[in-house]
Amino acid sequence: MTFLSLSHIQKSFGQVQVVSDFNMEIEKGEFVSFLGPSGCGKTTVLRMIAGFETPSGGTITVAGKDQSGLKPNQRNIGMVFQAYALFPNMNVFDNVAFGLKVAGRSKPEIEARVKEMLGLIKLEHLAERFPYQLSGGQQQRVALARALAPKPQVLLLDEPLSALDAKIRVSLREEIRMIQQQLGITTVFVTHDQEEALSISDRIVVMNAGAADQIGAPAEIYNRPATRFVASFVGTLNLIEAKVIDPVANRISIGDQGVTLREPLGPVKAGDTVSLALRPEAGSIAEGAKGDTALAGEVVSSNFLGSVVRTRMRVGASVISFDMFNSPGLRPPAVGETVTLRFTASDLLIIRD
Amino acid sequence: MNRALHTLRQRLPLTWLGLMPFVIFVLMFLVLPTMHIVIGAFQTRDGTFTLQNIIDLNTGTIPSSYWISVKISVASAALGSLIGFAMAAAVVFEAVPRWIKSPLLTFSGVASNFAGVPLAFAFLATFGPVGLVTLFLRNNFGIVLQRDFGFNILSFWGLTVTYLFFQIPLMILIIAPALEGLRREWREAASILGATGLQYWRMVALPILFPSLLGTFALLFANAFGAVATAIALTGSSLNIVPIQLFAQIRGDVLGNPNLGYAMAFGMIVITAVANVLYIWLRMRAERWLK
Amino acid sequence: MSVWARIAGWAALIFGLLYFFVPLGGLFEFSLRARRGVYSFDAYARVLADPQFQATFTYSVVMALVTIAIGILIVVPTAFWVRLKMPWARPYVEFLTLLPLVIPAIVIVFGYIRLYNTSSWLPLTGSTLGTNILLAFGYTILALPYMYRAVDTGLRTIDVATLTEAAQSLGAGWATILGRIILPNVIAAVLSGAFLTFAIVIGEFTLAALLDRPAFGPYLQRIGANKAYEPFALSVIAFAITWGCLALIQLVSRFQKTAPAKA
Repeated sequence: MTFLSLSHIQKSFGQVQVVSDFNMEIEKGEFVSFLGPSGCGKTTVLRMIAGFETPSGGTITVAGKDQSGLKPNQRNIGMVFQAYALFPNMNVFDNVAFGLKVAGRSKPEIEARVKEMLGLIKLEHLAERFPYQLSGGQQQRVALARALAPKPQVLLLDEPLSALDAKIRVSLREEIRMIQQQLGITTVFVTHDQEEALSISDRIVVMNAGAADQIGAPAEIYNRPATRFVASFVGTLNLIEAKVIDPVANRISIGDQGVTLREPLGPVKAGDTVSLALRPEAGSIAEGAKGDTALAGEVVSSNFLGSVVRTRMRVGASVISFDMFNSPGLRPPAVGETVTLRFTASDLLIIRD
Repeated sequence: MNRALHTLRQRLPLTWLGLMPFVIFVLMFLVLPTMHIVIGAFQTRDGTFTLQNIIDLNTGTIPSSYWISVKISVASAALGSLIGFAMAAAVVFEAVPRWIKSPLLTFSGVASNFAGVPLAFAFLATFGPVGLVTLFLRNNFGIVLQRDFGFNILSFWGLTVTYLFFQIPLMILIIAPALEGLRREWREAASILGATGLQYWRMVALPILFPSLLGTFALLFANAFGAVATAIALTGSSLNIVPIQLFAQIRGDVLGNPNLGYAMAFGMIVITAVANVLYIWLRMRAERWLK
Repeated sequence: MSVWARIAGWAALIFGLLYFFVPLGGLFEFSLRARRGVYSFDAYARVLADPQFQATFTYSVVMALVTIAIGILIVVPTAFWVRLKMPWARPYVEFLTLLPLVIPAIVIVFGYIRLYNTSSWLPLTGSTLGTNILLAFGYTILALPYMYRAVDTGLRTIDVATLTEAAQSLGAGWATILGRIILPNVIAAVLSGAFLTFAIVIGEFTLAALLDRPAFGPYLQRIGANKAYEPFALSVIAFAITWGCLALIQLVSRFQKTAPAKA
């Protein structure tokens, strides 16, 4: 059942159209990420849900109720900001209590709810601290508790992790997901970090130039990118130019090596160029590696990245990267060596623009 | 040889010598003269320690002069804070077009330095008995400031109104950055949590600004308290405020006791120093929040 | 933003602007009233022809220039030295330079009169030259907060340590470094400090009056008590000079390079 619905949302600032015809239905309790580069309009959509911006067109409904004309303070929505935005003049307790206070709740009720929220983020012991006495990660957890305290219908997270250190970023995103599942609250999460989006979302909206390029579950987005933009933005991807040999038999050539695709090529004719995508982790050059397809190439470079070694090889006009898991006995191929990469033909995606 | 010189230098660090001209200058022409006054305030004529001078401040016209000085300083600081705050808020929150901000701040930087004799004449020429505004109101509206409002430029309110000319710009200059320090997210966070605009101001913005506001008030107070030239040029000796009385005392020992004069000056230092310390302390608090 | 907020904003702004400009207009209008019934520059003509005006004005201009020279000689080397060798001392030096904002000028000059009188160990007030020197030093103290801050801000924009080391490695001595490397690099900052000093000294009243020197400020106050229109004409002149100085500061600071700040 749709809980939060965005239909035909548009937004222009003056002459500049920031969001053009954005559509999305979000289920109750769902965790949806808006993923995209800066300037793609994802934050603008979020701010329209919050009521900070008014859509130039389209409607937003929450639980069946049209939100247009409602001020932010009438919407019962929780929001966590990128730069924490805790009130510096209040301690942790008062920050979390703020939404309840302005709603005119009774003192005992406020106290109980704040305690519950601080328990949820495991910061009961810091209730008396002021924001400037907290670390970034602690501040953001307080901000989350503050947003959740008035029991909002929807939780909005505006790049809440991007101001934090790498380690805290990972632990906090897991905590956010856990709390979200525990409370079953409908959540929209805005981020430009694909790993973040992939790891915690039920669904991801990949946004590009003010519109949704693809909406789908993380695995779907990663494995079956719908557009060239999604393919290049989410994960690392080899884009390979191939020449069609036989459209009926799905036969193409990369360099001068023939490959038969699983996916039907569609309306192309022999001699046309098609773009193919291949994830670096899809293939292997190990002896006896599985796969019905092989490509031989000359190694151009080999980079040690920690858990994997990423090697680039030249096949015709394309350069293809592939990853090998690191192990103490691993011998990366030398530059100039010729290697054979094996993979399953179904891993080769056809990119249609 | 070179090495010996080097170790000698290490043993006797000479870098502090570079500060000596400055330190000696400040000692001779700022610290020692002030100390002389402060010490003199606690001495009898023959140099023994006494608290009598401080006690004697409570005699004659001295208490009333302090009282009037404090009242004028409070009034001009309060009004200056209020009006300056409103103007700074108007430009910072863009109730008026954005381009006004920069010239207004520049102008304030200039006008806040404008205490002095010419300022007194400017207000005399405007609000004095035959001043521009006085005549304008009388000729066009039949309003006589002196008769209808009891307003006289040579009085308490006259001096207060004149002081406002440099108090308002000083307030704008100091409070504008504090207003700019109010982050947009605080307003948005308050609003999305259900707060009205009024609740945001009462519970978030004003408490955050409070140290800055109070601190700036203290600074404005000290600023007015120490203003001598404007007061003397405007009112001559007709208004009995501390700087005017001290001026007369320095000129001609009207109190008949030089050490009582020291005590009076000491009282001035104490009041402006307290106000300034308050300002610095509150400012540090405000900056801690705005980190 | 609501309409009411906009109206309130405009009201505050207009009120404030009237507050600034009406007195200036009133002053100018009044200064033109010397001839009955018509506006004229008579008051200005009389003032400018007054030998006392010429004498006191010249005196104040000379005092201002002397004060600026002393200020530069004291502030530039100190600010430079603190930045280069004694950064730990900066808060203390800054505190000292801000003291003149805390201690009223009238108290400082009171101290001078008592400490440097004819019977003291340094009887500066005993001679005209001595008193003039004392007045210039007093002005330097009054201008210290502005001068120091201007120069220190200027120094922050250049890399003092590297410039000094580069000059030293080329064989320059301290005087050369200060005069030919540091000063030219902070000249804009020094100039704005100098113009502000000029503006302060030209109209200053308290020090000059109590040290009994024939400066422009006391002259203005004195004829204010005796003449009808001349003091207003003089005030317009004083305002014009102050404004001119402060406009020059704006002009100069625009030429100042805005290099990234270095601690």
